[in-house]
Amino acid sequence: MTGSLMTPLLIENVPILSILIFLPAIAALLVPFLSGNNTVRWFTFTVLFIDFLIATWLLVIFDNSTAQMQFMESKAWVPSLGITYKLGIDGISVLFLFLTSLLGWICVLASWNAIAKRLKEFMICLLVIQSLMLGVFCALDLLLFYVFWEAMLVPMYLIIGIWGGEDRIYAAFKFFLYTLAGSLIFLVGILVLYFAGGRTFDILALMDASYDADLQRWVFISFLIAFAVKVPMVPVHTWLPDAHVQAPTAGSIILAGVLLKMGAYGFIRFSLPMLPDASHYFAPLMQGLSAVAIVYGGFLALAQQDIKKLIAYSSISHMGFITLGLFTFTINGTTGAVIQMFNHGISTGALFLFIGLVYERTHSRDIPAYGGLLKAVPFYGIFFALFLLSSMAVPGTNGFIGEILVLSGTFGVNNWAATAGVLGALLGAAYLLGIYRQILLGPIKIPGAAKMWDLNKRELCCALPLLIFVFWLGFYPKPFLSILQPTLKHLLEQTLGVSL
Amino acid sequence: MSTTPANTTTAIELTTIGSTADLVNTDITRIDTAAISQSVLASGPEIIIIIGACVALMLSLVPHPRQDPLLAGVSVFMIVLAAGMSYGLADYPQTAYAGMFMVDGFSTYLKMILYLGTTLTVLMSGRYFHNNRLGKEGVFQGEYYALLLFALLGGMIMVSSTDLLLIYVGLELQALSIYVLTGFLKTDVRSNEASLKYIILGAFSSAILLYGMSLFYGLTGTTNLNGMAAALSTLDLSDPMLVLATLFMLVGLLFKVGAVPFHMWVPDVYEGAPSPITAYMSVVPKTAAFAVIIRLFMQDLSILQPIWILNMTGIAVLTMTVGSFVALVQHNIKRMLAYSSIAHAGFLLLGLVAGGENGMASILFYLLVYTFMTVGIFAIIILLNKDVTAGAPIEDFSGLAKNHPGLAIMSLIFLFSLAGIPPTGGFFAKFYLLAALIDEGHVVLAVIAVLLSAVAAWFYIRIIMLIYVQPPAQQTDIQLNLPIRAVLLIATIGTLMTGLLPAWFLDFIANSMPLGLG
Repeated sequence: MTGSLMTPLLIENVPILSILIFLPAIAALLVPFLSGNNTVRWFTFTVLFIDFLIATWLLVIFDNSTAQMQFMESKAWVPSLGITYKLGIDGISVLFLFLTSLLGWICVLASWNAIAKRLKEFMICLLVIQSLMLGVFCALDLLLFYVFWEAMLVPMYLIIGIWGGEDRIYAAFKFFLYTLAGSLIFLVGILVLYFAGGRTFDILALMDASYDADLQRWVFISFLIAFAVKVPMVPVHTWLPDAHVQAPTAGSIILAGVLLKMGAYGFIRFSLPMLPDASHYFAPLMQGLSAVAIVYGGFLALAQQDIKKLIAYSSISHMGFITLGLFTFTINGTTGAVIQMFNHGISTGALFLFIGLVYERTHSRDIPAYGGLLKAVPFYGIFFALFLLSSMAVPGTNGFIGEILVLSGTFGVNNWAATAGVLGALLGAAYLLGIYRQILLGPIKIPGAAKMWDLNKRELCCALPLLIFVFWLGFYPKPFLSILQPTLKHLLEQTLGVSL
Repeated sequence: MSTTPANTTTAIELTTIGSTADLVNTDITRIDTAAISQSVLASGPEIIIIIGACVALMLSLVPHPRQDPLLAGVSVFMIVLAAGMSYGLADYPQTAYAGMFMVDGFSTYLKMILYLGTTLTVLMSGRYFHNNRLGKEGVFQGEYYALLLFALLGGMIMVSSTDLLLIYVGLELQALSIYVLTGFLKTDVRSNEASLKYIILGAFSSAILLYGMSLFYGLTGTTNLNGMAAALSTLDLSDPMLVLATLFMLVGLLFKVGAVPFHMWVPDVYEGAPSPITAYMSVVPKTAAFAVIIRLFMQDLSILQPIWILNMTGIAVLTMTVGSFVALVQHNIKRMLAYSSIAHAGFLLLGLVAGGENGMASILFYLLVYTFMTVGIFAIIILLNKDVTAGAPIEDFSGLAKNHPGLAIMSLIFLFSLAGIPPTGGFFAKFYLLAALIDEGHVVLAVIAVLLSAVAAWFYIRIIMLIYVQPPAQQTDIQLNLPIRAVLLIATIGTLMTGLLPAWFLDFIANSMPLGLG
């Protein structure tokens, strides 16, 4: 991570971010011309793996001594309206580029045999959504961001609607309409900000402009509606359980791993730095809603029989920690929130992956129907148990670092919310240990378990990298923290209006 | 003319009223050859279309084994010729026929949309008539293409005229042609009913429009828009007669674009008309009517704005609301698209409320995008809907992706564009219009508009689910011919390009803005 010498060279020579973003999209155009299902699978996997290597390389050469945007690209798009094609990444985006591209190829592996019908279309959807997600994290133009953000609805809608479970159409509609309504309100907010900020969509310029308090509040509300739906925060969370339960495994991984992060990323990128006064004004509300989400999501998760639904509700609870940490405006809270975003992508992504793997074998998501998997498929059981522990935030795993940072940031700012956070962590232990006991321990109940196969090589390839990050972050989070440090410090300076 | 005092407007009135007669008179007394040839040249595209229509009529009398493609070819050729001439004339803005007729960037741009809409309609008509075995009866064809060209001519006159009378003539020429085209399926009850309904309601609205125009003539003493603008500047805007005249004229025009509460004819006519004509109706007359509305209410007579702005706001919101919500419960794809076109009209009217150069430019851009995506989706409907007498159930789309992945992906693009999802043109059109609205401070209207477009999204994405999830309906033997492939290709490229590279189109529109806009 000594990139200061290499970075200037790169900017001049290669539009590396554009390559990263559009490689999957261009590959998607080629997929229809391939023949043979295996060719399609390998092709998609290779493309997404190359993308992953590029993102990894970016992470390595990323200069983490500065909060400036790096690898910037800029080209006029619609000059008459002040829209530019402008890309650039800071410490937060580079981390999420990495997470997105990591989950990208894991999704292909996870869908290797699970997707039987319309394989080509599915892979096209995966490639396209990959491009759009990477675009969201790179965009430095508000309208460009919006285009990526909203276009993401299309492939996700198709993934849920075509390859989902029995009630997939209902879930897909619900997902689409919730998100669309939120996004469109966001668009109005963007336009208001555009005219107030001097007719530019440039995110950096909009951050520097100052807006009067009243305008900030209205724009904040419009952004909040969009981001709250995406996160999702209570009370606009009801689309998530449906979408998760119905989506195919890869859809769930993308949804939990990346899509939910975008709401929080929106708060970080827009609400906090552009609308600092409104952020302060609404902070108690945000902390309150987060606390409610943590506890309410936890209780709901406790009551679920369907394992996917349980993890979906646990996501709502965990995402509550993220929004709580962000709106404490402390360095610990914010760092914890971003780390928690990354963690949640890893852990919950892994949990959905493992649920998908066992579903391929048993075709059941009913928790009480399982039992004794640790005996029947020991490797599977051990991995699954470790990811459950990580989601539970046991010390030594990634989840612990995130939650402890968020809670330490919150105590002193809002003790009630912090207490709710602790309660939520306890609830988390309760329902996750509940799964552990009911699925992994006890007698083997599910019919056909004797014929179940343990993890094969492909599945191990999915699980191992995720597990590495669980422990890497758990034992030695410093590299991640040092990438985030300057960016988050800069963010807090912008939000608090003081130099730290 | 802007400083013409009230007493000299009488003189203008004399020359502009029935100016054909005037032209003849001046010809006799003092032959101004230069002025006439200039006028003829300025209206060259219109003349080309007239010739085309007459040729099509005559050719239809000649028995020919491949009459349909021949006539379609002649029509397209003449339209392309006219388009080329319009393009050439765009650099020479001028008035002609004693100030009744105007060639400027604005009219050229709109004519291009009209040419595009008509060409695409002509190209997809062959497949439709083949599917429905109407082509075998031969004699239909010539009239069909000739009427399409006459309707186009009416639209061209509407966008180019700067005189109420000429506007009315263009409007009626277009309307009469389309009345006939709507009832073109002679043996189909629905088509006949649609035609009759359209004639009666259309005549009613034309009468209201004409009444409004005559009141204006009474108030200002002229039918020429420039003269009217000058005369209006001396009038009191709260004069009830003026208010009445404005509202009558507005109502007449809003009827043509299908705004609520003057929309009752739209679903029935859309449903009953032959599908290519439905596509044509939702594109060409609508564009022409919006051109007139812009010309009258945003440009020349913009002084009247305080009279209509509140009504327009209400009508726009009402139109979007009714269009979006009623479309939700439709089972016939053409009826659904009728309500969708109503909702889009409501959105376009918001551009009028926004006003200013941005409001106008956003309407112009929207009309272009709307042409691409609407024609595209209708081309697919024509391919899918084999049995015209059975109506066009939405289920025609079921399982399209199974056997025709290419058509499925195109439908996807058109439908998402209609729903306004990026990166399609439909998104950018909506975005630009919203920007114009918010620029003028209408944030609440913008919020209402986006919420209603979220409602409207539902019925588009419902079709997408049918395409990809349901088992195939009986569309295994879809036959694509070259013209309809071209239509689909143009529509797809247009829909995507307007979304991905809007700058190019916006530059074109910026050049077509009238100079000295108030």
